Amino acid sequence: MDENASARLTRRALTVAHRVGLFLAMLVICLPGIWIVLSSLRPTVEIMAKPPVWIPQQLSVEAYIAMFSGIGKGGIPVLDYFRNSLIISVTSTVIAVAIGMAGGYAFARYRFRGKSGMFLGLMLTRTVPGIALSLPLFFLYVRLGIIDTHIGMILAYVALNVPFTIWLIDGFFRQVPKDLAEAAQIDGCTRWQAFWQVEFPLARPGIASAAIFAFLTCWNEFALASQLTRSVNSKTLPVGLLDYTAEFTIDWRGMCALAVVMIIPALTLTYIVQKHLVDGLTSGAVKG
Amino acid sequence: MATVSLKKLTKRYGNMEIVHGIDLEIADREFIALVGPSGCGKSTTLRMIAGLEDISGGTIDIGGRMVNDLPPRSRNISMVFQSYALYPHMTVRENLGFSLKIAGAAKDHMDRRVAEASAILGLDELLERRPSQLSGGQRQRVAMGRAIVRDPDVFLFDEPLSNLDAKLRTQMRTEIKKLHAKVKSTVIYVTHDQVEAMTLADRIVIMRSGHIEQVGTPDEVFSRPAIRFVAGFIGSPPMNLHEATVSDGRLMFSGGDSLPLPGQFKSKTAAGDRVVFGIRPDDFYPTGHGLSSGGETEVHRAELPVSITEPLGNETLVFAEFNGTDWVSRMLNPKPLKAGDRIGMSFDLSRAHLFSAETGKSLRS
Repeated sequence: MDENASARLTRRALTVAHRVGLFLAMLVICLPGIWIVLSSLRPTVEIMAKPPVWIPQQLSVEAYIAMFSGIGKGGIPVLDYFRNSLIISVTSTVIAVAIGMAGGYAFARYRFRGKSGMFLGLMLTRTVPGIALSLPLFFLYVRLGIIDTHIGMILAYVALNVPFTIWLIDGFFRQVPKDLAEAAQIDGCTRWQAFWQVEFPLARPGIASAAIFAFLTCWNEFALASQLTRSVNSKTLPVGLLDYTAEFTIDWRGMCALAVVMIIPALTLTYIVQKHLVDGLTSGAVKG
Repeated sequence: MATVSLKKLTKRYGNMEIVHGIDLEIADREFIALVGPSGCGKSTTLRMIAGLEDISGGTIDIGGRMVNDLPPRSRNISMVFQSYALYPHMTVRENLGFSLKIAGAAKDHMDRRVAEASAILGLDELLERRPSQLSGGQRQRVAMGRAIVRDPDVFLFDEPLSNLDAKLRTQMRTEIKKLHAKVKSTVIYVTHDQVEAMTLADRIVIMRSGHIEQVGTPDEVFSRPAIRFVAGFIGSPPMNLHEATVSDGRLMFSGGDSLPLPGQFKSKTAAGDRVVFGIRPDDFYPTGHGLSSGGETEVHRAELPVSITEPLGNETLVFAEFNGTDWVSRMLNPKPLKAGDRIGMSFDLSRAHLFSAETGKSLRS
């Protein structure tokens, strides 16, 4: 066998090994999701079986029907939870992204006193675990009378997300060459127009990713929500999962069904937004 | 179209002064090149004229109107950036028409202006492309087109050719010159490349460390540099500059060699004066291979060893050893030479320069 043939063979073997490796990695990543979907469709006996039953014997959508059939028939107020989750997540994401854009732009473009200190301070707030904040926040909210309200949850989530959105959006504005805003100003734009006409469209992938992250954080957050919400007024879907736990039993199938209901909007949103994440939009702006 | 007038223009960052109160009058339709080494304040000056940089002192007038505190959009200028600064999310057509769109111009007016600009610069084929699909030279042309479309009072160019390769640079240089002939507007052109400045400008402003060192036509700054810095900066290869002491009608160099003191400087120097002798490679040439036709009045001849040669085809740069160092000379109608050869060299002293060693000022009248 000549050298070229053996090199070709090695390359093919490596390609196959690469694909097998990728498949295994994807399997590990996807397995919990698949398991949740499967568990929502199979009887509790099968879910609890040891050793696990890999191939389901029977599938049914009973858990989903029950979930929506109202209190007393195994149902939970899932539509209320869904509405709460949506209002809280969307509102707090919009606010956090707006603040993140203003803050990120300021950090990327302007020099001001205490800039690095402020930036570090913002990042430090991320080091505090959410659960450690829940008790002080609880007392604070009780005093303010905003416990179990949308506004309370929105405030908490905005505070949670702002440092991250500022940090992420700052990085994207830094990648937009300063010359472009200057060129726009010479072309007749005000500072404000230059931002919306030139800098914003170019930083859009970053703003979209910040929005996805902020939304998912709110959508999935449990630790704070479980302390700060009490009733259908403000309970979000992750807290709703607790409705499936009773004193001595846990309805695993129902819980998994609700988890699937939670995952679907998050997946859909990510799918919609991801086309805005296309990078490399700034190429060709300046030399190179 | 407009005149531009800078009076005592100053720029400070904190306590550091970058531009030290410069004065400059630019005539209507004049092509002015600001040239100097990096950090000399030429780009800062341009950015102050554009309104992208606040000014710390002095005034800027464009077309007789003081624009000190006006934002860039109110100065009716356009600028071509070193980085081109094309809007990557817009097509070439949108890039060209952007300023008119912002100004709220009518669609047909916009289309006409874009068509005119693209015809001047040969961009017709590229109008629907995005900047990322263009080559460096094409991007450069779009950047210039965007500047033309505005029909500005003053064009500002900030080192527009620095990112192009040598061949394209020469080509674009010609295009800029043609463009100026066509649009007939005032141009302020910043460059660190003295060849660009010499070839394009009506007048050259040579800056160093935030000061203007000399303002003059290309011929003036080349033939009559006012100070030693300008003599060394303008011209390629640069002027040979060597310190000497005047003694007994001769220039005594530190290495022991000497040259006769050129006649025109005899009345301007005294024995013991420390001076800098300067002679361009064109005026220091292998005998019989120079520019002059033999009518020189004051030529000093010497036999010197060659240390290296740089053949350029139509001419050869010969580095000849004199006074222990290499002096560069330009050999026209070159003949083959090799290191170590001894060759008869001519110093055309009537065209030599002399500068004061202390102040650097030219001793020519």
